[in-house]
Amino acid sequence: MTELRNTYDVAVVGAGPAGLAAATVCARSGLSTVLFDEQPAPGGQIYRAVTSTPLKRDTILGTDYWAGAELTQNFLTSGADYVPGATVWNLTREREIGVSVAGSARILTAERVILATGALERPFPISGWTLPGVMTAGAGQILLKSSGLVPDGRTVIAGCGPLLWLIAWQYLNAGARIDAILETAGTDRAAGWRHAPALAISPYLLKGLRRMLAVRRRVRVVANIVELRAEGRDCVEAVAYRTARGTEQRLLVDNLFLHQGVVPNVNLAMASRIEHRWDDMQLCFSPVLDADGGSTIAGIAIAGDGAGIAGAEAAQARGELAGLAAVRALRPNAPPLAETDAVRTRLARFARGRAFLDAYYKPAVQFRRPARDTLVCRCEEVTAGQILDTVALGCTGPNQMKAFLRCGMGPCQGRECGLTVTELIAQARGVSPQEVGYYRLRPPVKPITLGELASLPKNEAALRSVARG
Amino acid sequence: MFRRLPDTNAGTVDVTIDGRSARVRAGDTVAAALISAGVLASRVADVSRAPRAPYCMMGVCFECLVTVDGVSNRQGCLVAVKPGMRIDTQHGKREVER
Repeated sequence: MTELRNTYDVAVVGAGPAGLAAATVCARSGLSTVLFDEQPAPGGQIYRAVTSTPLKRDTILGTDYWAGAELTQNFLTSGADYVPGATVWNLTREREIGVSVAGSARILTAERVILATGALERPFPISGWTLPGVMTAGAGQILLKSSGLVPDGRTVIAGCGPLLWLIAWQYLNAGARIDAILETAGTDRAAGWRHAPALAISPYLLKGLRRMLAVRRRVRVVANIVELRAEGRDCVEAVAYRTARGTEQRLLVDNLFLHQGVVPNVNLAMASRIEHRWDDMQLCFSPVLDADGGSTIAGIAIAGDGAGIAGAEAAQARGELAGLAAVRALRPNAPPLAETDAVRTRLARFARGRAFLDAYYKPAVQFRRPARDTLVCRCEEVTAGQILDTVALGCTGPNQMKAFLRCGMGPCQGRECGLTVTELIAQARGVSPQEVGYYRLRPPVKPITLGELASLPKNEAALRSVARG
Repeated sequence: MFRRLPDTNAGTVDVTIDGRSARVRAGDTVAAALISAGVLASRVADVSRAPRAPYCMMGVCFECLVTVDGVSNRQGCLVAVKPGMRIDTQHGKREVER
């Protein structure tokens, strides 16, 4: 591993398009830059394993994926320190970063921090979603990109969103079998079409349409699914579904992939006390940011999908903007590597059509606020009904509720249940998700051992704070 | 159930999974190795003891918690396989000294 300094001009967290672009701009401008990433290779999820994938054929993943190769190459030659396999578990207002690499923890500081922690798939709580054989569509895509693995046996993909069609298209390119796509109903399709004019000039339109049509030609698609359930004893055996006007149907399956869009991965930013607001269009919490991604804490910026979902190209542009802002702040006299206005124009172009996607693929309420007997918290195994019962007892938000149920207190720290819990409580109380709020996240945002904590170098103040007498 | 695409299995490493030897693809994560080896459940849930398997493959869901070389609660999707690695499916919560 690279020998790390104790202080850097800029620390970037996450090696997806935003983090790679931000770190490249900073390092090329002469700032000492470090990039921490949890994965073993750069690329984030969208360009996952772009330097190491065993897939040699462009025809499987599509040309967009390989665009990540140049971005990654530019970063690797930028002079930035790159630390893969690094879990950042703390970030303070003073920009102290706690990070673990290969079981060893350390703390360092940076003048500027750029969080590019990206997105995660929105929770999809249906009955049976914890059964082996059920995984997210994104997980399936990771297995394809990283390991050349495709589903074998009877396979169904269920849910909604552009990524669902992309993955189906990639699976077909790879020769994998898909028995059916169960497209869940949207809540706001009509509203989506009001944004269609913007989509018409979006760079995504043709690409997306072409892929969707290619998939529809080859796979049975059942649209307007309003009920969905995975069934099985020790693993998934069947998926049961119903369309708005139909009776219940059942398909025997070996693999079920679920997906209903992506949401910002907020854990590190929230634990740093960066202000977030509920986004009614994207149905998630997003950070409050200025035009360069600057957050409500001085010196900490957020770029990429962690700043609100906008896609890979927009993430790269937002990474560049955050990087350019860091350079302006720390090296006011350095010649800029790119014109900020030109990057903003590029960002605006990729933002076109987003409102359509957000509205058209808005996941239906019954898949965001499931029936009472559905498990919401996978770790502590808490149902929607139990959560609603705590509201009846007077709980006003997720933080009171978890004291009763441990919901959100398992190893995933609310990542798989947080949004569901907020929306359930908001609905039960008849208030907005903004008013209900989210889990009060605290460091460490990923579990580390006491041994790692204890082995950290201690300063005088830390020793005094625990000394007796 | 997953299968490997042709020509994607360049090198292999030998590991043990629950004590049985297994040959897995070099470069795979522990979670991917378990999936490709046909291991259906990689852990049992803490509360209900129900079987669980990798769900997100990107470090988010913690469903792939396994014991690697005697250390439990490792996120299988974030750990690369190494020759001779001992991988054990995990049964419930982490225990002291494991």
